[in-house]
Amino acid sequence: MKRVVAAFGLVAILTAAAYWYLTSPNRQTAGLEPMPGGPADLANGRAMFFAGGCASCHATPNQDDRTRLGGGLALHSPFGAFYAPNISPHPRDGIGSWTEQQFLRAMRAGVSPDGRHYYPSFPYTSYQRMTAADIRDLFAFIRTLPAVEGRVRDHELGFPYTLRRGLGLWKLAFLDGRPFVPDPTKSASWNRGAYLVEGPGHCAECHSPRNVFGAVIEERRFAGGPNPEGKGWVPNITPHPTGLAEWTKGDIAELLSSGLTPEGDSVGSTMTAVVRNTSQLAEADRDAMAEYLRSLPPREGRKGPR
Amino acid sequence: MRSVLVAAAVAVLGVTAVLAQGDPIAARKELMKSVGAATRTGNQMAKGEIPFDAAKAKEIMRVYANAADKMHTYFPENSKTGGDTTASPKIWESQAEFRKRFDDWAEDIKKASAQTDDIESFKTAFGNVTKACGGCHETFRIKRN
Repeated sequence: MKRVVAAFGLVAILTAAAYWYLTSPNRQTAGLEPMPGGPADLANGRAMFFAGGCASCHATPNQDDRTRLGGGLALHSPFGAFYAPNISPHPRDGIGSWTEQQFLRAMRAGVSPDGRHYYPSFPYTSYQRMTAADIRDLFAFIRTLPAVEGRVRDHELGFPYTLRRGLGLWKLAFLDGRPFVPDPTKSASWNRGAYLVEGPGHCAECHSPRNVFGAVIEERRFAGGPNPEGKGWVPNITPHPTGLAEWTKGDIAELLSSGLTPEGDSVGSTMTAVVRNTSQLAEADRDAMAEYLRSLPPREGRKGPR
Repeated sequence: MRSVLVAAAVAVLGVTAVLAQGDPIAARKELMKSVGAATRTGNQMAKGEIPFDAAKAKEIMRVYANAADKMHTYFPENSKTGGDTTASPKIWESQAEFRKRFDDWAEDIKKASAQTDDIESFKTAFGNVTKACGGCHETFRIKRN
C-alpha cells in the first residue's frame, strides 16, 4: 500500500513538473530576436495601427476619440468576459514604460513584460506574422497618442480558464511563432495583401470557426462561423458561392473603404469598426487585401441557426 | 430613364405597403433594399462611375426620406425573431434611441435634399446623409451570413 501511494505521489510530482516545464512562457521563443536598428517610421506605424484595428478593442468605450486607448471594452466569449487593457502610453496604467523589445514579445509570443501569458483574445496568433520593423513602428506611433489614466478590471473567466499558466499548452498546440513568409511566385501586391490580411488585419480571427479550445480551425479558415462574441453569424469571405464568389476585387476594396456592399448595404455590427480602420489605409493596401481575399481557396460556409 | 426610376420606386412602395400589413420583417427588408439600391446608384454617381443626373439624385433623397419616415414603424414587438431577421434585440431595449436615429437621419436628408443640383454639392450631401448607415447598423444589427 505504501508503495502504491509513493508511486502515485511520484506520478503526480512528475506530471506537475512536466506541466510547469511545458507551460513556461520562456518556452515561447518568438519575439526574442533583436529589434531592427534605425529610427521608427511613424507614418508606417499609423498604417499598422489602422491595419491592426487596435482601437476597435482598446479605445475607451463611449467616446469618439479612437486614439484614446484606455481600454475597458468587454469581449464576451464562451470562456467568459475579457476586458481589453489600457495600451495608451500612460507610464503606470498603459504601456508607456515598456521597451520596444517587450512590445515585440507581447505581439509575437503573447507574453507580458512581467513574464505571463496573454489570453489569445489578444490576437497574437495573427500579430506573430508581423515584421519586427512594423511592430517597432506601431509601438512608436502608439507612444505619440494621449496617455490615458486608469487600469482596466481583470477578466471574468470560468475555471479552469483562470489558470493563465495553462495557456502555455495552448500555445504549444496553436501558436507556431513564424513570421509571414512572402511567396516569391506571387505578385508584390498579392504578398502585401496576404501580409495585411493574415498579420495585422487578423481577419481570420472572426471570419473562421473555432474548435473547443477556442483556436481557429485551419481547414475552415475564412469560411465564416458563429460570432465569437455572441449572437449571429460571421460571413464567409472566401470566393465560394456561400461567400464572396460574386464579388470582384473592386467590390471588396469598396467595402473596406466605404462599408458598402455591391447591393448598397452598409455593413454593421463589429464590421463597422473594422471599416473605420481600413478606410484609413492607403488605397493600394485595400486593393492588395482584396486581391489576396479573392485568391483564397473557396470553402463552403455553413449557415448559422435560423 | 426617369420614368423607369419612378416606376421602380412606385413598385417598391406598393410592395412595401402590402407587406407592412401582414409581415413587418419582409416589409422592412424591402424598404432597406430600396435604400441599398439608391445608395448604390448614389455611390456610383459620387465616384463618377456613372454620369451625374439631378433627377436621380433627387430620387435617391426621396427614397431615403420615405425610409426615414416609415422604417421605425416596421419593428413591432412581435417581429423580434423570424424571417432571417438581423435586427438586434437592442432595437427593443433602446426604443427611444432607435427612434431618434431615424429622426436625426430625416433631418440630415432634409438638408441634403436641397443640394442635389450639381455633382459637387451632391457628393457632399450624399456623404453626409450616408454617414448614419454604419453607425446605426453597428448598434442595431447583428452579424449575418
